[in-house]
Amino acid sequence: MSSQEKLLEIKNLKQHFKVGKSTVKAVDGLTFDIYKGETFGLVGESGCGKSTTGRTIIRLYDATDGEVRFNGEDVHGKKSAKELKKFNQKMQMIFQDPYASLNPRMTVSDIIAEGIDIHGLSTSKKARMDKVVELLETVGLNKEHANRYPHEFSGGQRQRIGIARALAVDPEFIIADEPISALDVSIQAQVVNLMKKLQREKGLTYLFIAHDLSMVKYISDRIGVMYRGQIVELAESEELYRNPLHPYTQSLLSAIPLPDPEYERSRKRKVYDPEKHLPKDGEERVLREVMEGHWIACTEEEYQKYQVTV
Amino acid sequence: MEKILEVNDLHVSFDTFAGEVQAVRGVNFHLNKGETLAIVGESGSGKSVTSKAVMRLIPNPPGRIKEGEIKFGDRDLAQLSEKEMQKIRGSEISMIFQDPMTSLNPTMTIGKQIMEGLVKHQNMSKSEAKERAIELLKLVGIPNAEGRINEFPHQFSGGMRQRVVIAIALACNPRVLIADEPTTALDVTIQAQILELLNDLQEKMGTSIIFITHDLGVVANIADRVAVMYAGKIVETGTVDEIFYNPQHPYTWGLLGSMPSLDSTDEELIAIPGSPPDLLDPPKGDAFAPRNPYAMKIDTEMEPPLFKISDTHYAATWLLHEKAPKVEPPAAIKKRMQGMAPSEPIIGAKDGGKNV
Repeated sequence: MSSQEKLLEIKNLKQHFKVGKSTVKAVDGLTFDIYKGETFGLVGESGCGKSTTGRTIIRLYDATDGEVRFNGEDVHGKKSAKELKKFNQKMQMIFQDPYASLNPRMTVSDIIAEGIDIHGLSTSKKARMDKVVELLETVGLNKEHANRYPHEFSGGQRQRIGIARALAVDPEFIIADEPISALDVSIQAQVVNLMKKLQREKGLTYLFIAHDLSMVKYISDRIGVMYRGQIVELAESEELYRNPLHPYTQSLLSAIPLPDPEYERSRKRKVYDPEKHLPKDGEERVLREVMEGHWIACTEEEYQKYQVTV
Repeated sequence: MEKILEVNDLHVSFDTFAGEVQAVRGVNFHLNKGETLAIVGESGSGKSVTSKAVMRLIPNPPGRIKEGEIKFGDRDLAQLSEKEMQKIRGSEISMIFQDPMTSLNPTMTIGKQIMEGLVKHQNMSKSEAKERAIELLKLVGIPNAEGRINEFPHQFSGGMRQRVVIAIALACNPRVLIADEPTTALDVTIQAQILELLNDLQEKMGTSIIFITHDLGVVANIADRVAVMYAGKIVETGTVDEIFYNPQHPYTWGLLGSMPSLDSTDEELIAIPGSPPDLLDPPKGDAFAPRNPYAMKIDTEMEPPLFKISDTHYAATWLLHEKAPKVEPPAAIKKRMQGMAPSEPIIGAKDGGKNV
């Protein structure tokens, strides 16, 4: 990374949901930083809490405990409407389902300009329309599309509209929650290429949440692997794929089928059994840095072992 | 090799208010005994409609099989009556669907759902059927089968539910199993388990499988042969090695190029520009031409026939015509073709396996 300036600091973030009498610990003590201009990938299987993490960071849920600092400022906690508005402008979200995330009764121009209106970013009707057209062109649509409704578009085009909406208020940070899972393979590549291009041009920072590990590896600078509400391993994406240390990461990586029959014939899957991986004496695992930039959830004893193998 | 199923010139259309949607426009393929044929393509390419047509599950109206024959043994499935078809469905050809929650009946125990077909098709008594159901549950790897047979679908996880669906599909020892995106709704580790199970069962029972998916990684894992579909037609077909290491159709190039490989670093993904054509009014000539950077003038006028590359490998693109100019496939595809450059094994495969 060119700069190591922290844009987002997450400390011991917790999100617990009450379900009847019991509590579901969807996110249970996350700590990580996201640097300016990077793409941070968050992967894990369904139910591991990755989406909840994204939604909690952007305050769609109130955190149960912990701290989220954006540009050094605490995001959660009591805020005035004015402070919130300022924050909302800087952080935007792209959702998974491009069919459910666009209001079917609004035209594309109103969908995109909603943020512009709320934040009072344009002075006249013409300026507003110019901005919409500019955004449409940025994401590869054109100005004829502005007065149409979402149902007139294909999935890939809708996702582009969702991206244009997120960009409308000039955010610094975008949370993309499975932005390509609902799209066809060839369209996925279009959207990923677009997101990469926008990042280069506008210096955006992404939190990219997905379960498709090969896409995450492709787009991310660093990746955190989540399991049962916690990050079990965090490293630069090359490093994570070359040298996965946590048994869960290893099992996850060895389960991905690759478009290469020769490799598939020899692939051996590793199975992760959490029962066999219980720490001795009930010691809790915490994230420790075993080498520069490579963090892994481990006990003190395991930490020593990793140090030796590394 | 014995052909167990043969589809010739299949056309399926849906009559809508807007007009006739030609979902499948002349598909030919066959399925050999004991093999897995993967049908790949984007949504709307007609892969699911093709498989449903084989099962005669196209709702009529609005859908209809316009033309073509589906030869299964000495019968033509396209001509059978609904009553005759019911005898085949579930006993000789059966199907696994994408979403295990909606394909199971939430109000029936899974035992009953497995026994249903056995009682109906094989005239088993209830107690015989129950015994067989327990056997099947063990076969698909559900622990404590005797106890779980009386449970309802909601008491199972997604992966376990899909195992139950597979048990139902296999109950009557079908000769052909059609799996329509059976792992798409599942997590990677669960997907891996289900694929292993299907491979395993095929070895044990010799079932022929038609596997429909859009995930090329899954195809590489499970298929013996591959058919690539686009806009209601098969544009390329061949053995799994031919499709992955010597692809000829620009659409196949696009599909392979749009997936990032794990060992590659910063190469730009080859996105296929635009989106699939509207099958209400299919374009003249090659349906892929508007999205094809290699398109020639003839592509907009005449549909390409299937050109033969080897006895098993065919592709429908004018680029293979003797008078066509030689084109360079994209870099990522060339890498595949040269020495078939298999990816560096990531983990697990390092030591074991039969690395050639």
